[in-house]
Amino acid sequence: MAIKKIGSQTIKLFNPPSIISTSTIVGPKEGDGPLSKYFDTILQDDLYGEDSWEKAESKFIEEAVKSALSKVRLNLSDMDYLIGGDLLNQLMSTSFAARSLQIPFFGIYGACSNSTEAMSLAAMLIDGGYADKIATTASSHFSSAERQYRFPLESGNQRPLTSQWTVTGAGTTILSSNGEGPYITHVTTGKVVDFGIKDAANMGAAMAPSAVDTIKTHLNDTGFKPEDYDIIITGDLGILGHEIAMEMLEKEGYNMSNVFKDCGIEIFDNERQDTHCGGSGCASSAVVFSGYLYEQLKAKKINKILLVATGALLSPTSSLQGESIPSIAHAVTIESKLRN
Amino acid sequence: MSKNQANRNKSYEKYVNSKVPKPNILKNCLWAFFVGGIICTIGQVVHNLIESIYKYTHLDTSNITTLVMIFLGAFLTGIGVYDIIGKKAGAGSLIPITGFANSIVAPAMEFKREGYVMGVAAKMFSLAGPVLVYGISTSVIIGILYYIF
Amino acid sequence: MEYVNAFLVGGSICVIGQIIINKTKLTPANVLVLFVTLGAVLTAIGIYEPLVEFGGAGATVPIPGFGYSLVKGTFKAVKSDGILGAFTGGLTATAGGVTAAVFFGYLMAILFNPKTKP
Repeated sequence: MAIKKIGSQTIKLFNPPSIISTSTIVGPKEGDGPLSKYFDTILQDDLYGEDSWEKAESKFIEEAVKSALSKVRLNLSDMDYLIGGDLLNQLMSTSFAARSLQIPFFGIYGACSNSTEAMSLAAMLIDGGYADKIATTASSHFSSAERQYRFPLESGNQRPLTSQWTVTGAGTTILSSNGEGPYITHVTTGKVVDFGIKDAANMGAAMAPSAVDTIKTHLNDTGFKPEDYDIIITGDLGILGHEIAMEMLEKEGYNMSNVFKDCGIEIFDNERQDTHCGGSGCASSAVVFSGYLYEQLKAKKINKILLVATGALLSPTSSLQGESIPSIAHAVTIESKLRN
Repeated sequence: MSKNQANRNKSYEKYVNSKVPKPNILKNCLWAFFVGGIICTIGQVVHNLIESIYKYTHLDTSNITTLVMIFLGAFLTGIGVYDIIGKKAGAGSLIPITGFANSIVAPAMEFKREGYVMGVAAKMFSLAGPVLVYGISTSVIIGILYYIF
Repeated sequence: MEYVNAFLVGGSICVIGQIIINKTKLTPANVLVLFVTLGAVLTAIGIYEPLVEFGGAGATVPIPGFGYSLVKGTFKAVKSDGILGAFTGGLTATAGGVTAAVFFGYLMAILFNPKTKP
């Protein structure tokens, strides 16, 4: 019997796992943004000494996991599982990182929702008693994503105004069955939602309904109100998607105005850095959480957040075949201290 | 898809379209006009220079001009300038033959790491190939029609 | 005067392209294909030739000029070689451009590497 399940899609963890360490690594553009002081490593060379963007992204993951472990004096061999994903075909960068990390590995694909998908699964594995320590990762790289999904870098085209800038970086969290928090207390797993948007350059609008669906379900399942949270933050809806999601939620009677934010908006200074609609990519939610939000939770400046990473489950093939963009959002509640 | 869903999607699309930021078409067109105009003027300068120095026919001179413009487009792409021009100029740098050269060099460079055969050479025509296919096919159809009538 | 005409004609063709890009969902590849086909058709029905006479490089440098060269070459070859000309004329007239695109494209791709956008 699913004794830990509440409502239709949410799990309340009996023994909430603790996020004992995080680490982030970002590219130069992200390092130039407003959150720069919260990142562990800011690269000046986004090839990271490698000879391809994909291998650079792979090294991001490897180094981020190692650095998160070294902060709490743990070894790779202390990890029971590695759970992570990226945006590339066949999870190239995560698989290659897992090859050298040698931790039992679950590769996942939820597009940009990878970060919370990994944290959800890790939290459940630990709470279920299947593991003590798990590392989760999520990564993306502007240049590896552009060549797979869009145009070659030197192509002289104009980016549409609704497009978002793929965040270069990787964020990792180390979850443990014991620790002093912050804790993952609830997990709401999203359903795939598709409102028929076909424009691959407007992923914010495609993903907004999935974020709304998951947030609504989470609030219904748990009985929480938006004001119970210090921040409800989506992964990479961007400026347009955020505005749409906000309006949709308010139309449903949720007062989000004070708590609703988006990692893709926070990570760049949109005016100065000319991203059009903000950041996107797996790394958007991963580095904003593992860098900025984790530190705020640790310092108890904020006590309870809902992290809702959003993923657009399109592929270059589905776009060419004229299909609409299915989207998903996974939510995790993270609290700085346990209430009961 | 149920009718309800289709209706929901339709009204969502309408709603999204009302929110999408609109490009400043006037500004974009001015940029396209000036950059496109300047590239063509450079073409004319090259054309006149060749004509004044060498004794080629008018048609050959046009051909040489095209060669020079393609070289310029390819070179500016190589040194990483053409994408910066293109960001501002849009169609102004896409439509001239230099933009055609850009569409060849950009994917060819990008896929160098996949090798010189299946990377550079195969990807080279990912954008420009369709232009050749449609241009040549149209000219063949027109040629056949011209022969018949 | 020649330069002014080239500037005006070339600039105007690009403006048409810009309006199409901004007003429709066509990708740059679609626009290039559309323009080369348009150039070929307009040449066939006799509209592009006067534009070339007036605008010079302003009409031959933009991509419809490639369609123009293809069709002009085809007409010439059909006149001298008959139906075979429909298959040989276009590429014969544009051989220089196509070869240059292949060769310079390959050369530049070998010499340079792509850079991340700032």
